[in-house]
Amino acid sequence: MEIKREDILHLSNLSDFSLSEKEIEKLGGDLQGIIKYISQLDELNTDDVEPTYQVFEMENVWRNDEILPQDATREQLLALTKEEKDNQIKVPKVL
Amino acid sequence: MKTANKTVTATQLVKDALTKAKHFADYNIFTYLNEEGALKRAAEIDAKIARGEEVGKLAGVPFAMKDNFLSPEGETTASAHILEGFTSPITATAIEKLEKEGAIMIGRTNMDAFAHGSSTENSYFGPTLNSHDRERVSGGSSGGSAVAVALDIVEFATGTDTGGSIRQPASFNGVYGLKPTYGTISRYGVVAMASSTDCVGFFTKTPDDMNLLMEVASGQDPKDLTTLPDYYNESEAKKVKKIGIIKDFDNDSVDLEIRQALKDKCEALKASGHEIVELEMPALKYALAAYYIIVPAEIASNLSRYDGVRYGFRSEDSANLEALYPNTRSEGFMPENKRRIMIGNFVLSSGFYDAYFLKAAKARTLIVNEYLEAFSKCDAILTPVAPNPAFKLGEKVDDPVSMYLEDVMSVPLNLAGVPGLTIPAGKTKAGLPIGLQLVGPRRSDKSLIEFSKELA
Repeated sequence: MEIKREDILHLSNLSDFSLSEKEIEKLGGDLQGIIKYISQLDELNTDDVEPTYQVFEMENVWRNDEILPQDATREQLLALTKEEKDNQIKVPKVL
Repeated sequence: MKTANKTVTATQLVKDALTKAKHFADYNIFTYLNEEGALKRAAEIDAKIARGEEVGKLAGVPFAMKDNFLSPEGETTASAHILEGFTSPITATAIEKLEKEGAIMIGRTNMDAFAHGSSTENSYFGPTLNSHDRERVSGGSSGGSAVAVALDIVEFATGTDTGGSIRQPASFNGVYGLKPTYGTISRYGVVAMASSTDCVGFFTKTPDDMNLLMEVASGQDPKDLTTLPDYYNESEAKKVKKIGIIKDFDNDSVDLEIRQALKDKCEALKASGHEIVELEMPALKYALAAYYIIVPAEIASNLSRYDGVRYGFRSEDSANLEALYPNTRSEGFMPENKRRIMIGNFVLSSGFYDAYFLKAAKARTLIVNEYLEAFSKCDAILTPVAPNPAFKLGEKVDDPVSMYLEDVMSVPLNLAGVPGLTIPAGKTKAGLPIGLQLVGPRRSDKSLIEFSKELA
């Protein structure tokens, strides 16, 4: 399939990017090449084949429903943010 | 490996490693040197030895840590701008286990940002140079770790392998590199790339060192529910008698000297009484396409957490929260990160999910089954790691598909969850290391390590 400028803008939006004109152009070509490559899967017959999403061979790993001590404290985690106020993370205005 | 004792102190081992790290500074191996922290740990171990107390199996052994392992020493950035300034309050389980046995982390190693790449050129800190030819790439994504071991700065280094990120740089630098069976070593405290294929593993100079590290680091972790119940330390190394060769991998796209190295090994194996079995694995041809659908999909999901709010880099002067996210992500990610996130969102988006993501998940089933069938005919498979030895810096960095083709023989293992061990197999006429990979069924890690001694 052909990747158009509007497709790149749509994917950029889904990815939470704001791309420059130069990037839109470069990524357009790159993504076209990658999609052409991955599209060769069309040749492979997968009729009646079940999908595999993990290769862990185990299911339903249960744990007791109790809160275990955590490795990091609230203070340590809050200290990682750029701006903190009243024990909360401060961000630019929402509205 | 050399451990500390009464005559050779941990302090001396650490000082030697730090001196070598500085000597090779222009290779751009380390993103952070843990001088103060490492010397402090060394002094603690020396004091224990002096008091006659018991020290661990890795007492005083200096090691290098890929920059995507979390620990409070230095910033954990995964060599990405968007994690700049992030100092972790927690330590990865694998690192905790190594340190409990006395190993000492002397520095964080350079990598492709978020482990997206096969040359370490996608690092925010610039590329790491190859240990044998400074005009060539170190391989990737764990390039810094491979070169730190190859240049003998440290005894071992940690790495992660999602599609070849340990095995390919190991082959480019002439060291051993193991991607264990999926789920063998805890991924807790490791920056996630693609959760269904990410594996923690090591670079070493000998198979025995690899075995020792596996004994220490493997095992079930309540903090990572995808770790397998302990098996490594209980497993026996099975004798490898029948070795499979994949016919399709012997083609013109693979370097002639690598194909010859593989043939030479096969002849040597035959001479020592092993049987060589030719395998047909037609679905492997599609593994790379399936990989570059499944992995970007998982990347798009895993990397959605980086938004500049809770930790790491935050774009300045955003008018509102709505603008903060795209500004931070656009400035903070490298071009390859952006490509993979966008491809991931493409294959997952409505209208394309069935044609790409579901199709790739079905292809994955065929690949898993081909390995199962192959291992009913042989004990291990021997193949090249990559189609070529280390390539020139800048040669592939602007052409994503040609860079992806580097991974064509390494990614099938990750999709199937089976282990792979890179072994050094001589050099090209130009003096570049050649590596081959030994592949075995799930949980055969110890057999592969033991068998690699026969191939040395």
